[in-house]
Amino acid sequence: MNQSSGAREIILLGLFLLVFGSVPFIKQSDYHLMLANHVLIWGMFAVAFNMLFGVTGMLSFGQALYYGLGAYSVGLVVKNYGSAMFLPALGLGLVLTIVISILVGLLVIRLSGVYFTVLTLAFGQLAWQITFRWYRFTGGDDGIQGIMPSGLLENHTVYYYFTLALVVVSIWFLWRVANSPMGLVLRCIRQNPERVRFLGRRVRRNQLRIYVISSFFAALAGGLMAGVTNSIHPDMFYWTSSGEVILMAVLGGIGQFFGPFIGATVIIVIQDVVGARTEYWSLIIGIIMMIMVLGMPKGLVGEIRGLMARYAAGKVNRG
Amino acid sequence: MEPVLELRNVTKSFGGLRVTADVSFSVAPGSISAIIGPNGAGKTTLFNQITGYLKPDGGKILFQGKDITNLSTREIVTLGMARAFQVTSFFPEETVLDNVRVACLSQMNKTRNLLKSVSVFNEATDQAFKILESIGLQNVADRAGFELAHGDQKLLDIGIALALQPKALLLDEPTSGMSPEERLLTRNLIKRLWKEFSLTLIFIEHDMDTVFGIAQTVRVLQMGRLLAEGSPEEIRRNPEVITAYLGEEVL
Ligand SMILES: Nc1ncnc2c1ncn2[C@@H]1O[C@H](COP(=O)(O)OP(=O)(O)O)[C@@H](O)[C@H]1O
Ligand SMILES: [Mg+2]
Repeated sequence: MNQSSGAREIILLGLFLLVFGSVPFIKQSDYHLMLANHVLIWGMFAVAFNMLFGVTGMLSFGQALYYGLGAYSVGLVVKNYGSAMFLPALGLGLVLTIVISILVGLLVIRLSGVYFTVLTLAFGQLAWQITFRWYRFTGGDDGIQGIMPSGLLENHTVYYYFTLALVVVSIWFLWRVANSPMGLVLRCIRQNPERVRFLGRRVRRNQLRIYVISSFFAALAGGLMAGVTNSIHPDMFYWTSSGEVILMAVLGGIGQFFGPFIGATVIIVIQDVVGARTEYWSLIIGIIMMIMVLGMPKGLVGEIRGLMARYAAGKVNRG
Repeated sequence: MEPVLELRNVTKSFGGLRVTADVSFSVAPGSISAIIGPNGAGKTTLFNQITGYLKPDGGKILFQGKDITNLSTREIVTLGMARAFQVTSFFPEETVLDNVRVACLSQMNKTRNLLKSVSVFNEATDQAFKILESIGLQNVADRAGFELAHGDQKLLDIGIALALQPKALLLDEPTSGMSPEERLLTRNLIKRLWKEFSLTLIFIEHDMDTVFGIAQTVRVLQMGRLLAEGSPEEIRRNPEVITAYLGEEVL
């Protein structure tokens, strides 16, 4: 890492911690804390998803499978064995996700393009069906309420900082991956998979690796979310959850590492603002999204960076 | 001396179309040779079989004495075979440096690393710059691949292959789409790279000045068949080759 980019990283990290670390001090209600929690968790989910989509070129429409798996691991274990098991349950969800994402991954990576996308969607919907139908075990359509973390984490502020810490570590890890030799190979796979084989590298092996990594953080997002909303619901497995994370990434910009995080922030804030005023919020969000995606094909962060580059170039030209 | 590459009765059909018909030849280590022949003769398909991208229907391919007929592309590349493509192949959104550096990292077996930044692998970076200097692209190292002119993209494709430190290098029409000046430069470049990197180099080419200017051996393919093999002088005078491909003007 050269010095200037190392310094930029530290400044970015400091800013991030400052903004999100100060929420508990400036919030006007617990609702704001919850909103910030949503931004952090979905932001991490979207960044992890984008390692698959924007970086490697694999459009999974089934990441809800792992988001739901993480959430239901926490929910079911806490319901059956008590709050003390909250953290082990979170860990269990992650371990299950590693195993299942390897098995599902081995199947889905055999396909590419739209076939890959459809197969991931099918697996996600399968998980949703099972959860929905298996009423006695999962609570079916009702989901499970009253999932409380134990001990210190019961405190909302402590839980918020717990989430913040995990999200920062996760995003830091993904940032390292994106800039590593493996990250470079993943970008090359998106642009020219055949040539990657002629470099002597295994394309599918690398696709599987990033599929498992990305799914791991989807499950972490689900598990953390169960502790924020104190409930789980089969909708977490539904295709709309997979679709939401895609929208976040596309809106923020899939060509930028932090784009999806910004996309998640914008969508959650819009949902909050618009949702409070009209029951047609999903329609309005749909329209806003359409305008933004059509008008800003590189995503928010991509377009802003483009503008900044043009501005900088203009300044240089003028002297 | 044991040949670096040996083809024994290699055969391949697409449907009813024979694109490789009982082709046999040996390539001497450290040699530079050309494959010529009309469009559709099966030249690229032959490279595809040698590099494991297509499996022959019959016959055997040996690389450094080892049977590679049924190995994957990845395994064959790992054994020391690299290739540049007729339809230029590289990573358009990556910088010229990273295009070559990813090949260096792959050759050094560092691509599984997922926690260190690419830029701390000094050995790979130095090696990549060395390659870029050899192919004359060091001044555009920071540009994205897609920004380069066509001729430079062809060179980048060769640079990626070179970065794998191959023993044998296959170039598929390295000068196609180039201006006459670029062709001359590339011809000299290929000859220089061949010596500098001690390669066994095989190239497919339509430009006869390049073929007869630098090849020690020329092989002629026609309708999947090896029509002739010999020194440039022999090929130039071969009446079959003249009627089938060269025509009168080359004489
Ligand atoms: N993958 C393929 N499937 C079917 N036919 C092919 C394929 N690749 C090449 N061919 C056909 O095989 C013949 C030889 O092609 P090719 O090896 O590209 O010729 P050359 O490189 O000598 O111009 C052509 O007729 C071409 O259309
Ligand atoms: Mg060809």
